[in-house]
Parts: sequence; C-alpha cells; structure tokens
Amino acid sequence: MILELKDICKDYIQGKMIVPVLKDVMFSMNEGEYVAIMGPSGSGKTTLMNIVGCLDKLTSGSFFLDGQDMSKCTDNQMSDIRLQKIGFVFQNFQLMPKESALENVALPLTYAGIPKKERKERAMEALSRVGLADRVNFKPTQLSGGQKQRVAIARAIVNRPKILLADEPTGALDSKSGEQVMELFQSLNDEGVSILMITHAPDIAEYAQRVVEIRDGILKEREAQTDR
Amino acid sequence: MLENVRLSFQGIWSHKMRSFLTMLGVIIGIAAIIAIVSTIKGTNEQIKQNLIGAGNNNVSVTLKQGDGDYWMDGGLPAGVAQFTEEQKQRIRDLNTISNVSFYNSRAYVDGITYGNNKLSGGKVYGVDNAYLSTCGYVVSAGRGFLDDDFGKYRKVAVLDRVASEALFQGKNALGSTIEISGEPFTVVGLIEKADSFQPVINSLQDYQTYHQEEYGSVLIPDTTWPVVYNFDEPQNATVSAKSTEDMSDAGKQAAEIMNEAITDSGSDMKYQAEDLLKKAQDLQALSSSTNSLLLWVASISLLVGGIGVMNIMLVSVTERTSEIGLKKAIGARKNKILAQFLTEAAVLTSIGGVIGVITGIILAKVISKVSGTLVAISVPAIIASVVFSIVIGIIFGMLPSIKAANLNPIDALRHE
Repeated sequence: MILELKDICKDYIQGKMIVPVLKDVMFSMNEGEYVAIMGPSGSGKTTLMNIVGCLDKLTSGSFFLDGQDMSKCTDNQMSDIRLQKIGFVFQNFQLMPKESALENVALPLTYAGIPKKERKERAMEALSRVGLADRVNFKPTQLSGGQKQRVAIARAIVNRPKILLADEPTGALDSKSGEQVMELFQSLNDEGVSILMITHAPDIAEYAQRVVEIRDGILKEREAQTDR
Repeated sequence: MLENVRLSFQGIWSHKMRSFLTMLGVIIGIAAIIAIVSTIKGTNEQIKQNLIGAGNNNVSVTLKQGDGDYWMDGGLPAGVAQFTEEQKQRIRDLNTISNVSFYNSRAYVDGITYGNNKLSGGKVYGVDNAYLSTCGYVVSAGRGFLDDDFGKYRKVAVLDRVASEALFQGKNALGSTIEISGEPFTVVGLIEKADSFQPVINSLQDYQTYHQEEYGSVLIPDTTWPVVYNFDEPQNATVSAKSTEDMSDAGKQAAEIMNEAITDSGSDMKYQAEDLLKKAQDLQALSSSTNSLLLWVASISLLVGGIGVMNIMLVSVTERTSEIGLKKAIGARKNKILAQFLTEAAVLTSIGGVIGVITGIILAKVISKVSGTLVAISVPAIIASVVFSIVIGIIFGMLPSIKAANLNPIDALRHE
C-alpha cells in the first residue's frame, strides 16, 4: 500500500463556523497504481490532495503513506517526506521564471543536499526522460505550455519519488500538449511510479486505471472504467 | 549557501532601482561612519605628529625636584649619585632603545658672548659623543665633536642656527672664540636639525599646545663642563626609542635605571621621562570624545537604513509568496527558506556597506582637501563597517525571513 486513508475528516474554521470539507473518507492505493480523482469545484478534492501531499494536517482519522503514520508528523518531517517520497505537478506549472529549465529541475536536489555535479547530472537525466534534453538552458518564458509542464514533471521525478501527485496537470494546456503530458504519465506509470491525479475532465480521467469521485466531501469508487 | 548567495544577487539585480534605494540608507550610514572615523584618526595622527615630530621618537629623561625641573646650578644634590658606566650601558642595551645620550645642561644662560653680542636665554649643553646623532642634528658647517675633544679637554663649541645668528649676526662663526661664563671656547661647527619638522597649526589652541620657542643652544664636550660650571652635576638623558609605540616604555625603563642613582629614598628628587605619547593620547581622547557624538548620529542613519531593508524585504516576501509555497511544497524545510531570505538581506546590506565604504573614503578625501586636516583611512573601521552592515541585514531581515519561513504552503501556492 502506498496510500492508506481511514475515516479522514477535515474541517475548516470560517469565522465561528466549522465547515466540514472531508467526511470520513476511506481511500487506499497500491504501489504502481494510477488513480484519478474527479469532482466539481468545492467538492474537497484539492483538500484531499493537500492531505495526501503532506501539505495539510487532518482533523481526524489516520493516514499512512508508504507504511508511515503521517498523523503525528512534525513540520520538518513532513517537509522531508515531500522531498523524498512525493513529486508534485501543478496546473500552473509553478516554475521559477528566472531560472533555466535545468536549475528548476535541480531545485529539489539542492534541498536534498546533493552535490552540485550530481545535481546537474540527475537534472539532465530527468529532462531527457521528459524529452526536453535540448531545452535545458531555456528559461520558462521561452518554453511553450506543454514544455513548461514537462519541465515541472521532470522536477517532480528528479528525486525518484514513490508517488506523483498531479493537480489538474492538463488544466492550462491545449488538448495536444495535454495528450503528450498524459502519455508521459502513462510511461512513468509503466516504469512503476504511482500516480494520483485530480481532474474534472472525464477524457483525462480515462487515462487512469481507476477513477474515484468526490462530491461534497464524500468519496465514491467508480466501477465503470475498466476498458483501460 | 553559495546557491543562496547566487540567488540573492539574481534577485537584487532584477530589481536594480529598488535594491539601490533600499541600500541607500545603509550606504549613507556607513559612508558617514567611515568619513568620521577617518577624520578622527587623521586628527589623532596630526596630534601625535605635532607633539612627537615625524619619525623622531626621542624621549627626554630629566631630573625633577618635586613637580619642577631640578635647577642644575645647585650641583649634585644630596642623595643623588653620578651614573656609573655600568648603568649607562644597561640603558644602551634596553631593547626598546636605539640610541642614548647623557648630558649636562643649563637653561636660560645669559653669560655667552662674542664681542659685544650676547646670547640671551640660551641653553648650554655638556654633551657626550652620542648627542648629535641621538637628537637628530647634522653638521651644516665645520665639524662635530671628535674623540680628542673629549679626551684632551678641548674648549671647543658647536652652535645651532639660533645661537650663531645671535652671536655672529651672519658673519662667519667658525674659528671664532666665544666666551661662556668668561671662559673662551672656539667655535668648530654649526649644526641644525636633520628633519626640520614644523607642527601643523590650524588654530590658536594648536599654537599654544605645540609651538616651541627657540632660544639657541651652545654645545660643549661634557669633559670640559667643569671648566665653566660645577665639577659634579647630575646628568639628564635623551633616549631614542626604536618606534613611536616604544616611546613610553623606553622612557620609563631608562628612568627606572637612572633612578638607581638616587640613593636617598626620602629625597623628592626623581628622574622622570617626558611621556609625549601619553600626552598625545590625552589630547587624542579629548578630540575623539567630541567626534564620537557624530558617530552616534551616523549610527542612527544606519538604523533607519536597516528599517528600510526590513520594509522592502517584507514586500519581497509578499511578492514571492508563490515561489516560497512551491519551495516548501517540494520539500524545503523552514530553515532553508529562512536562510535564503536572511542571505538576501545580508547580501543586500553588505553590498550597501561596500558602496558606503567607498563613498566614505571619497568623502574623507574631500574633507581633507577642503579643511586641510589630515585624514587617515582606518582598515579596521572598514572591515568593521562591512561586518556591521551584514549584521544589520541579518537583524532587520529576520522578521521578513521568519514570515516567509512560516508561510503555509497551501495558501502560498494559491497566491497569485
């Protein structure tokens, strides 16, 4: 099991009101699985992603990531887990605008304390993996949307994470670039990387092996998608 | 760390105008401090030079009675012995001293005449053969003293410029005979100071402090001293210290040995070194204390500069919220974010510090040109200024950096 969530509740406090966002969510994911979470905005899917990504703490329930209990982690431990086990892909890429593609990809390695020479090698390797070996010294402003997202994916995989978390990875892309990104996800998954992806587009969700739907903070498995 | 410094330069460079304006407070503060410190140091150097004379590290060790000079007419007072050759040698051997001369002397002498001309208020010295070199005299005409002058008790005299002017009024003095207390002496040489150092006098106060009246000096061999004066008289000494810093020690050590000649412990007689270094330091302390007030004012401008840095760093943190969010999301610990922003603040202020030091040096040179005072650039002050500006960056960068480090990555990522 790469992910194991039991009775997860998450409340937000808004003024004096307690707003429940996640209600007794049960979810688990095997290693090497490729899962899509679908839901309309406000359904709680981003909150779930934040909890799985160790960016947010849960109100109650238990959460194990790669066998490790996450409910009692300190800030620094959560940082280290994000660094070592999780790769993030965001809708709006979140690249450093003034840094080259290579420097953007190498960023997590600096936090891992890897020496400069090895950082460069591994960042090169990750960039060639996403097909951008000829764009290493380009700044994000010189890259197309699809290329930017592939740089972001290279950054997400450079630390060889256990799981890739993607929040609307194709949301800001045209359909052709989106397709390329999905193909890249597919091949990464084939290599054994677990992928959890949020999307509201059904055609994107179809790339996943399994789709779960979230609505008003309640998670439901969707059984229909079996043709992939 | 190096990575952070590189990022800082990048960040500062991409906001050139803003960074420069932010630095301005630090630049002005540091420049003011450097200019003030240089002026203080220059003034101190000036005081020292005025009192001590450039490169001439002489200390007189003289016999005092109570608080005043002992009046040598009285001969050797009770309880005071002549120096033994062994004592003199020990003073010569002191490692702070390069040269020593022992001499007899008379001040305010009226009995020196050449025909109808008279030297009033002059000094007569009965000197040993080290005197001319120790006191920095060179022979400008005729000769100095020879060993035979001492050994054969020759009645010869050497005059300085003031004395020869008074007695000969421009006529040739060499070979002429002058009378000292009625005894005839032949003038064999004229001397003058090797370096004619004139104190720099900018004010009436300086004039009163540094101006020395010259009454003229007549030098004769110490062996002929008893012909004119008493047979037994105490001697004084002039010691040349090896360096200006050694002056106090050289004077004290010599005086200590010379005081062995005072055998009567109840006597109020004492050899004492004229401590010019100490006197210079006292004057320096006085001038420094007035200037240190200015330093406080300059420090306030640094404080204001620091607040400017804090302000702009807070803006920078807000602007870069999503960058901070991303860095935290991909696994940067709090302290990494903290270090990044602290480094940026420190780099910003240290660049300001360096520019400030350069501006301050230029300012000091301008002050020196305009006011005519000496300005000395202080290397320790430059190092301290740069270090201090880094410290300001760290102190005033602390609050914004903590704010950055504590940002919640979820909120920060959502920030556009």
